[in-house]
Amino acid sequence: MPNTSNAPTQNYVPGEHPDLKPPIGQTGILLWLRKNLFSSTFNIVLTLATLYFLYLVIPPLLNWLVLDAVFQAGSRDECRALGEGACWGFIDKRLGQFTYGFYPIEERWRVNLTFLLLVMAVLPVLWEKMPKRRIMLWFSVLFPFVSAWLLLGGFGLESVNTDQFGGFMLTMIIGVTGIVFSLPMGILLALGRQSQLHFIRWICTGFIEFIRGVPLITLLFVASTMLNYFLPPGTTFDLLLRVLIMVTIFSAAYIAEVVRGGLQAVPKGQHEAADAMGLKYWASMRLIVLPQALKISIPGIVNTFIGLFKDSTLVVIIGLLDPLGIGRASLSDSKWQGLATEVYVFIAIFFFICCFSMSRYSIYLENKLHTGHRI
Amino acid sequence: MTDHEAQGAASMQVSDQEMIRISEMHKWYGQFHVLKNINLNVKAGERIVVCGPSGSGKSTLIRCMNRLEEHQRGEIWVDGVELTSDLKNIEQIRREVGMVFQHFNLFPHLTVLENCTLAPIWVRKMPKGEAEDVARAYLERVKIPEQADKFPGQLSGGQQQRVAIARSLCMNPKIMLFDEPTSALDPEMIKEVLDVMIELAHDGMTMLCVTHEMGFAKTVANRVIFMDGGEIIEENEPQEFFNNPQSERTQEFLSQILAH
Ligand SMILES: Nc1ncnc2c1ncn2[C@@H]1O[C@H](COP(=O)(O)OP(=O)(O)OP(=O)(O)O)[C@@H](O)[C@H]1O
Ligand SMILES: [Mg+2]
Repeated sequence: MPNTSNAPTQNYVPGEHPDLKPPIGQTGILLWLRKNLFSSTFNIVLTLATLYFLYLVIPPLLNWLVLDAVFQAGSRDECRALGEGACWGFIDKRLGQFTYGFYPIEERWRVNLTFLLLVMAVLPVLWEKMPKRRIMLWFSVLFPFVSAWLLLGGFGLESVNTDQFGGFMLTMIIGVTGIVFSLPMGILLALGRQSQLHFIRWICTGFIEFIRGVPLITLLFVASTMLNYFLPPGTTFDLLLRVLIMVTIFSAAYIAEVVRGGLQAVPKGQHEAADAMGLKYWASMRLIVLPQALKISIPGIVNTFIGLFKDSTLVVIIGLLDPLGIGRASLSDSKWQGLATEVYVFIAIFFFICCFSMSRYSIYLENKLHTGHRI
Repeated sequence: MTDHEAQGAASMQVSDQEMIRISEMHKWYGQFHVLKNINLNVKAGERIVVCGPSGSGKSTLIRCMNRLEEHQRGEIWVDGVELTSDLKNIEQIRREVGMVFQHFNLFPHLTVLENCTLAPIWVRKMPKGEAEDVARAYLERVKIPEQADKFPGQLSGGQQQRVAIARSLCMNPKIMLFDEPTSALDPEMIKEVLDVMIELAHDGMTMLCVTHEMGFAKTVANRVIFMDGGEIIEENEPQEFFNNPQSERTQEFLSQILAH
């Protein structure tokens, strides 16, 4: 039978030509394989070598992590008797501590509730098409106060001291607080560093350069010890709060430099167009310059956030019990000797999931904000 | 009214109301004396074309009129307000003066419609719905109403420049400044932009336009200004300017660009 759809005699009105399927062999899995994995001898060798490497690594890893692993046990010896692989029973027993630190057990629901509210507060910020986004955003604004009340207590709830905070909960508190406050602070610092007003420019530049020139650990030590010398005697100033402030300003200094790079990448013509139509400084920054500068800065900003999140483990050095601190403490339990690998792999998985999510979100955001060719 | 007769277009009338007055104005970039003793009066409804060789200070001159550049000596009055370092005056003048740039300078993160409504909403405090109606009307006028929801990066150069013109018009300005609006465009797109500008002139807009489009100058302008070395060398009606240039430098310049 002749193929009528391809008949060359058919005429179409311009702009009304029906879409034809692409020729066979230009799409699909086979083509992808051929193009990306087997396109040349060198490529074939590489592909085979990689496959062999994966064959060597994956099965034993899978065995250790899952297939031969023991998920419930009362002690290390029990574990070893039951299976060759990882002893997750240990983590299982300690999960409460890993998550909540020494938060009173009967009050842990408050932490869970805070986490749930955190998700509710973050969603409208990250998800632009959320239904009822405007109302939900108001909740996001209130969230810091609500969460502080829930976690610390008072006003009807039993008070919990911050030295009982620990584990993943502590990581999340430091990470989220640092991220939420360092972004606006970093943006203001970046704008200040470009200000026409010398005084503001000097202060911002000095601040940024000083903070960037000092390791975070030093700042944390300052927070834990030195501040007592500067503050009037008798004032108590919560250690966690001091750490939060230090982590925030540390990350703000880096954000400021990332954003400054973005600001410089916005063409001069954009400022001029905004000026020429009569927008004032703050309006032109907020509506024209910053949206473009921040979009350019997304990879750098998220990079800084990921760094901040991971650096929150440094607080273990000044005695706060983040997951690493809890892990180390739990390893000294005589019933569970020698399970360091399990503990650190577990913590690594937690951090990887958090940081990888941030990275994926930043890619999603970049794609969403892509509006065609740059002008 | 000689220019009235010369143009033969009843719509392009010049009134006696003074829109811009520049007197004995000087500007330096550091040590470099870029504008020298500029004197210029522009009346409402005038269409002035500014031409001259590259680097002669044309852009700098019209950018002084809305204070994108600062002058150091002399006076500039726009619509009865003097341009000084007083921010209030600058803002007031910028509200009344639209500017179209060589490279369009559209905001790439906003749609065409948002580009057009931004200033009316934030500077004129117009309600959003009204601003959108105004914007759509002007997009209609520059003949691209169907592009309202696209981003600038998805348009051709000519379309982008027409959006830029519409964006300025949305502020309902009294004066429009154009800095080489067609020189970044491919030849086939120049006409669509010039057509919009010609229509604008027929509607009585006061226009100052830096351009090398001599056809546009002949049909639309009521005055042509020739600049060289930071000075206004010659200033005349288009007919006189092209047929009977006075200074040697003007003759040389004209012979160069008309040779193309
Ligand atoms: N920001 C600046 N700093 C120092 N010199 C400048 C600056 N901007 C322009 N100039 C100089 O001032 C002179 C006039 O520049 P201007 O842009 O006004 O020229 P123009 O007539 O518009 O030229 P063109 O036709 O190339 O656009 C040029 O010699 C230029 O080098
Ligand atoms: Mg120029």
